[in-house]
Amino acid sequence: MKKLQKSNLQSVSGSALPYIVVVAAFFIVTLLQKSGNLEQHMQGMLVPVCCYIVMALSLNLTVGIMGELSIGHAGFMSLGAFSGVVASQSLIDAVPNTALRLALSIACGACVAAVGGFLIGLPVLRLRGDYLAIVTLAFGEIIRDIITCLIVGHDKNGLHILFNFRGTKTVADLELVEGGLPIIKGAQGAIGTTKISSFGAGVILILIALFIILNFIKSRTGRAVIAIRDNRIAAESVGVEVMKNKMIAFVISTTLAGAAGALYGLNYTSLAADKFDFNKSILVLVFVVLGGLGNMLGSIISATVLTLLPEVLRGFDQYRMLIYAIVLILVMLATNSPKMKALLQKLLQDVKTLLFKAVPKRKSEGEV
Amino acid sequence: MAMLEVNGINVYYGSIHAIKDISFEVNQGEIVTLIGANGAGKSTTLQTISGLLRSRTGSILFEGKSLGGIPAHKVVSMGIAHVPEGRRIFQQMTVEENIEMGAYTRPAGEYAANLENVFRHFPRLEERRRQIAGTLSGGEQQMLAMGRAMMSAPQLLMLDEPSMGLSPILVDEIFDIIKAFHESGTTILLVEQNANKSLAISDRAYVLENGKITLTGTGKELMQSEEIKKAYLGG
Ligand SMILES: Nc1ncnc2c1ncn2[C@@H]1O[C@H](COP(=O)(O)OP(=O)(O)OP(=O)(O)O)[C@@H](O)[C@H]1O
Ligand SMILES: [Mg+2]
Repeated sequence: MKKLQKSNLQSVSGSALPYIVVVAAFFIVTLLQKSGNLEQHMQGMLVPVCCYIVMALSLNLTVGIMGELSIGHAGFMSLGAFSGVVASQSLIDAVPNTALRLALSIACGACVAAVGGFLIGLPVLRLRGDYLAIVTLAFGEIIRDIITCLIVGHDKNGLHILFNFRGTKTVADLELVEGGLPIIKGAQGAIGTTKISSFGAGVILILIALFIILNFIKSRTGRAVIAIRDNRIAAESVGVEVMKNKMIAFVISTTLAGAAGALYGLNYTSLAADKFDFNKSILVLVFVVLGGLGNMLGSIISATVLTLLPEVLRGFDQYRMLIYAIVLILVMLATNSPKMKALLQKLLQDVKTLLFKAVPKRKSEGEV
Repeated sequence: MAMLEVNGINVYYGSIHAIKDISFEVNQGEIVTLIGANGAGKSTTLQTISGLLRSRTGSILFEGKSLGGIPAHKVVSMGIAHVPEGRRIFQQMTVEENIEMGAYTRPAGEYAANLENVFRHFPRLEERRRQIAGTLSGGEQQMLAMGRAMMSAPQLLMLDEPSMGLSPILVDEIFDIIKAFHESGTTILLVEQNANKSLAISDRAYVLENGKITLTGTGKELMQSEEIKKAYLGG
């Protein structure tokens, strides 16, 4: 639709600000890296932080924009992670270029998670009420169980997949020929994965996710989804098709979760399905709620801060989780108090005007 | 042929039989009112026409085409707009965004003309176009819901208790706007508890009681009927 006025929804996240923040963070971190000022364990956190940011953006689309609760988002991340790993390991010989292979693997993880989201959405999004929460919760657990039973390998004859439901099968049962490569070994998960994820790829994925989500919100379908969230009956009365529009939003959300999963999976040489449990889903939900429903920049900041905080607090040792909890509560208080919100808005506005002054070309973009 | 023909519909909520074999019609260019007490089935009737609920039997024809099985979002593009009961607006969107949603099924080329038409009827909405809709007064929200429905340039506009909870002055204003819509060529199916005002502007009316139509006639006839006076006109 055209001639959109800026609403409160878009005032912060609809502008160029989130992109600027991400790119600026990328340059600062790269500078720190180059000058040797980034500690070893912080360097190891870079890719996971990117993955969690994309997860938070993805979940914010479902929870904040669509207004449906998903508490099994780690399940879609898991789907993406393991299919991404399988794709990458299978393509090692065919696509030696790691950047290209990473892109293909992320696309593969995204596609598998998209199909997963579609299959979950098909029955659930028709219903009114919080069924999505229950079903995604179950989905997360089921995916974990299925992957724990999965044995996958690749050789020159292609992919070999076994379901080890009885616990009697091993990698040997795949009967891989000479030079074959086991990829997923049941409960052990993915083993011997070649790490190909990089911070740069993570930042690009964040930017792509932002671009997709921010444009979706402004699109006709995005408007329709927000209208359904605000008032379903009114939305139907103006001719909005509920099921189709919600499905599009949900599949975009799970696709991004799958992409984040693939990036995550390809950042470790070994990865068990247990990594993507209920706690992980809740963790991402906490990022979204603390960052603000529908606020994409908020999701980016809270995912970053809350992922890094436990690492930063390592020095405090036994008080670590205590401080973490206190910070959580403080942030919650801050984001829920109107006074603090007004202050934050003002600060953001100031930063924005500063940035737009510094980059005059951007100015016209901010106004629709 | 009537514009809207409702023939023998029966609507249930689970085991509750809310609409019992109702038939009525609305002709092109008319204002037709359904009046009835709380729970008589007025809203249920409108929701069935607009596809939000389904009838188990009978048929609903709009300009000769059956509405049976057509989903709510397609009914709008056939030319029927429904302003649901209770000011259902998009609270978090601005006034203008709400109005824009009303044009959801229309080609973009019509937007400017339809918007101008709505603002002509509701100058108050134009003044407040950037205000968040949830902060509008009750009367303004009702106007917004009506203006939004007019954005789909409907042939038939169905209004569910537009005067509910409004001050007498605003009620007058709303009824004036309904008349203006009508004069500009929109056929109107009105649901009201305010029998006085609605019968005064109606060509014809139907009285609904416990899911059945018990009385029908022109607006004038019904205003003079003893039964109606007793039950709905306070004397
Ligand atoms: N969702 C529902 N579930 C079960 N019963 C319902 C539902 N909606 C309405 N009913 C019942 O159907 C009957 C008709 O309701 P309806 O809302 O159509 O009445 P109405 O004439 O619009 O009343 P009012 O003037 O109070 O709005 C009532 O007995 C009501 O209790
Ligand atoms: Mg009603």
